[in-house]
Amino acid sequence: MTTTQARQSSARRPVPGRTIRLRILRCDGPGKPSRWETFSIKVESGANIISCLQQVAANPVTADGRATTPVVWDSGCLEEVCGACTMVINGKVRQSCSCLVDEYAPGEGDQITLEPMSKFPVVRDLWVDRSRLFHALRRVKAWVPIDGTYHLGHGPRESPDAQATRYVLSECMSCGCCLEACPQYNVEPDASAWDTSFIGAHAISQARLFNMHPTGRQLAGERLEALAGPGGVNDCGNAQNCVKVCPKHIPLTESIAAIGRQSTVHAIASWFARG
Amino acid sequence: MTQRVIVVGGGLAGLAAAVRIAEAGLSVDLFSLVPVKRSHSVCAQGGINACNEVARQQGYSEYEHFDETIYGGDFLADQHPVLEMANWAPRIIDLLDRMGVPFNRTSEGFRDLRLFGGSLFKRTHFAGATTGQQLLYALDEQVRRYESQGSVVKYEYWEFLRPVVHEGVCGPRCVGIVAQDLRTMQVRAFRADAVVIATGGPGLIFGKSTNSIMCTGAAASRCYQAGAWYANPEMIQVHPTAIPGADKLRLMSESARGEGGRIWVPRRADDRRPPREIPEGERWYFLEEKYPKYGNIVPRDIATREIFDVCVNQGMGVGGENSVYLDLTHKDPDYLTRKLGGILEIYEKFVGDDPRHTPMKIFPAVHYSMGGLWTSFTPGSYTPAAPAPGHVSGTRAPIGSEIGMGLQPGAIENARTNIEGLYAFGEVSFAYHGANRLGANALLSCIFDGLFCGVGVVNYLRDGSPSKSPAGELDEAVFRRAAEQEERTLKRLLGTTGQPADERTNPYIIHKELGVEMTAACTVVREEGRLRQCLATIASLRDRYSRVRLGDLAAWTNQSLAFTRAVGDMLILAEALAMGAIERRESRGAHYRTDYPERDDAGFMKTSLAKYDAASGRTVLEFIPIDASLVVPRARTYGKKESAADPKKQAQAVGAT
Ligand SMILES: Cc1cc2nc3c(=O)[nH]c(=O)nc-3n(C[C@H](O)[C@H](O)[C@H](O)COP(=O)(O)OP(=O)(O)OC[C@H]3O[C@@H](n4cnc5c(N)ncnc54)[C@H](O)[C@@H]3O)c2cc1C
Ligand code: SF4
Ligand code: SF4
Ligand code: FES
Repeated sequence: MTTTQARQSSARRPVPGRTIRLRILRCDGPGKPSRWETFSIKVESGANIISCLQQVAANPVTADGRATTPVVWDSGCLEEVCGACTMVINGKVRQSCSCLVDEYAPGEGDQITLEPMSKFPVVRDLWVDRSRLFHALRRVKAWVPIDGTYHLGHGPRESPDAQATRYVLSECMSCGCCLEACPQYNVEPDASAWDTSFIGAHAISQARLFNMHPTGRQLAGERLEALAGPGGVNDCGNAQNCVKVCPKHIPLTESIAAIGRQSTVHAIASWFARG
Repeated sequence: MTQRVIVVGGGLAGLAAAVRIAEAGLSVDLFSLVPVKRSHSVCAQGGINACNEVARQQGYSEYEHFDETIYGGDFLADQHPVLEMANWAPRIIDLLDRMGVPFNRTSEGFRDLRLFGGSLFKRTHFAGATTGQQLLYALDEQVRRYESQGSVVKYEYWEFLRPVVHEGVCGPRCVGIVAQDLRTMQVRAFRADAVVIATGGPGLIFGKSTNSIMCTGAAASRCYQAGAWYANPEMIQVHPTAIPGADKLRLMSESARGEGGRIWVPRRADDRRPPREIPEGERWYFLEEKYPKYGNIVPRDIATREIFDVCVNQGMGVGGENSVYLDLTHKDPDYLTRKLGGILEIYEKFVGDDPRHTPMKIFPAVHYSMGGLWTSFTPGSYTPAAPAPGHVSGTRAPIGSEIGMGLQPGAIENARTNIEGLYAFGEVSFAYHGANRLGANALLSCIFDGLFCGVGVVNYLRDGSPSKSPAGELDEAVFRRAAEQEERTLKRLLGTTGQPADERTNPYIIHKELGVEMTAACTVVREEGRLRQCLATIASLRDRYSRVRLGDLAAWTNQSLAFTRAVGDMLILAEALAMGAIERRESRGAHYRTDYPERDDAGFMKTSLAKYDAASGRTVLEFIPIDASLVVPRARTYGKKESAADPKKQAQAVGAT
């Protein structure tokens, strides 16, 4: 059964020309109180959450006719490949650009609820500050340490299987869905705590990606050490929520297990090296 | 004070530049509207071109890649820079490979290749269906490495507002930028010894396009208003098959047609039945009818023009809207999944219909700007006595691919705008693609600019004006004045929030109307009368914009303010675009004029150059000669008859994005 068939068998047929309600958790800035506002949206054909928010931006009036400010949100590619537009929709974290209104609110007067991600500090309305997520990539040195950009010949040869494994891991768009769903990951506005608070599944998976690459492997020891300390791979409670919400279907629990094994081997090896 | 370079833009071009400049030991300040990893370059799917060993042994060469690019661009590009880019391409692939890009592999573990438009040889390297994303991530990772060492400082969620241009003794020189933090709304001037603009394309001028939401062209327009020249503004590529959406037009690869997809509309414009209930006899397969030989696989520009004509001029689009059916439902669903799985999923994800069972609705969409900020170059060592005739596949190339044949390596004029110290890299520049870009050549040009022309920037700091008079030592007043000018603009916009906007003063509505008008007049089919009308519409939109009203007066994270400011800049660039389209009285590449259907080399094998007249706020257009010293122009026919007889080859050659 294709996704569409699955969708259509469970969903009602969308009512053309209907009006739906968008209930949005709003906040004017850090430290400001949150409030709910509801907007009435006339659904265009092919509407997604972004196009509804664009309507609100052009005409910021609530459902009960009160003038308000336009809702603020983050977006970029509009085709689920940049990760920017992630938010919590009807209680579930996902990208808003690929969230079709026909599927979420097929009937006249149906309501969709939008909230900012809860694991990151809110900047304004639906826009959150995910710098910590990029900081995590620095923490695990998520790069291949090449010898400069001048021409030195081609890279390592690689089997199609190895490429396929790396490719899937490399599709991670740093959206943060896996962090929003993780019970071990909590909001942390204080940047000085980012080196010791739980790093999250995405960065563990990136460490695995770079440890697989023949040149990237040179930093494997440093990556594993970064992940051995507080906030590293041992903080994962194995709840497996992360893998269920990853829009790119990245095998996060596999990555966590792989890094766990590598860490054990690395710890024993360094213990012997010390002795 | 240490020398600093500002790079504005963190797409492929900006990141490649940042890496190269940081590697040379200089400090880089990297500005981007979004975290650089989320830049528009992530959208590219198809691949990146370069000569390779397999193709070489079949008679292909870097020279042929160069020749194809010039021919594909319909002889409008300056030729020396294109030669150097093609010569560099294999080295760029090697470098990306070393950085860990997961390029698809053959069973022996070599890099796999695919066929793309404009070539008979497999020369396109790819990483799954997300090549742009994979290349961007590889460069993003290298930048993160320099960021960890402190030599790159990122300013993400900062918007570039204008270059700071200092009137020195030897003419204008760029010594920094003014930018705004989009969260705190703080406006600040930053000093720099050189500024690289790598801000991508202007798709949003057309309202909806295949581009990301940040591709407004505002940054280019701001440089233009500050005195940088803008070249070939009229050269806009329109892709024939995109998926209309309420927010964006997403690309549908042409391989859908290659695999047997049929294009049609209901014969009666008012036929509202679901497509599969419309009997065969009441469907109009207009491409098959008009082009019995090629059918649905006519070349890309023809398909685009015909679909446009049926919908816009004849009003025959599906349901009265701008869309036609691209129908695959007559094919076996399993076969379709095997051949086209990835692209069909995109359609399914965003439209909610399964193309295996429901015909897709598609329409052409603005995709890429060949035009951009004008840049100069210093030619390399290859200077034949007379330009060569068109290259014949498999014959010996007149030259090898040594570095420095096309451009002089490290020359400080390479990729520099007419303003000293201000460089333009990537899609924002006009170099390389002439009147039409070949699929999979854009990613190449972006990275080439960063790597090759980045060295010129480094040399400029070492040997040029900054070595004698560093930006760090210039009078503070220069920077303060520039920042104050931007603050005045902001105050003016924020001061308009008193009364609510109406239809005429709402920035979102002004933008929407601009997009509709530009798409109608300035894309696929152009004609003088209609273009003049478009120019008048832009003028009236500019007039309305002068009274624009803002919906938000917040001093914190005010997105309406940023958007409204960009609309003003889009209007100015739109005018340059329409004027270029009017003045270029010929048809060439993507620019098709019904009133001048032929290419006119004597009159227009020239770069159209837009200059902004600050006093009147208007565009002044002129034509300047191009560098055509390497290849003689020839008619761009793609051997029409021959490829008609060989639909298989045609089918393979489509799919370019
Ligand atoms: C759907 C699609 C598919 C494509 N597929 C291919 C393909 O297969 N092969 C190919 O070769 N080409 C392809 N292209 C074209 C190619 O993707 C682009 O031309 C290329 O990615 C542009 O890169 P860039 O670095 O110039 O700019 P971008 O990637 O657009 O980056 C621009 C950067 O500038 C920043 N910026 C912009 N304005 C400002 C401002 N005012 N202040 C601060 N920062 C700013 C942005 O934040 C961003 O970081 C495709 C294009 C599209 C739309
Ligand atoms: S498996 Fe680990 S990382 Fe994933 S959700 Fe559970 S605790 Fe978090
Ligand atoms: S691993 Fe998946 S969910 Fe987590 S950031 Fe990456 S793409 Fe998003
Ligand atoms: S906008 Fe890029 S993922 Fe939604």
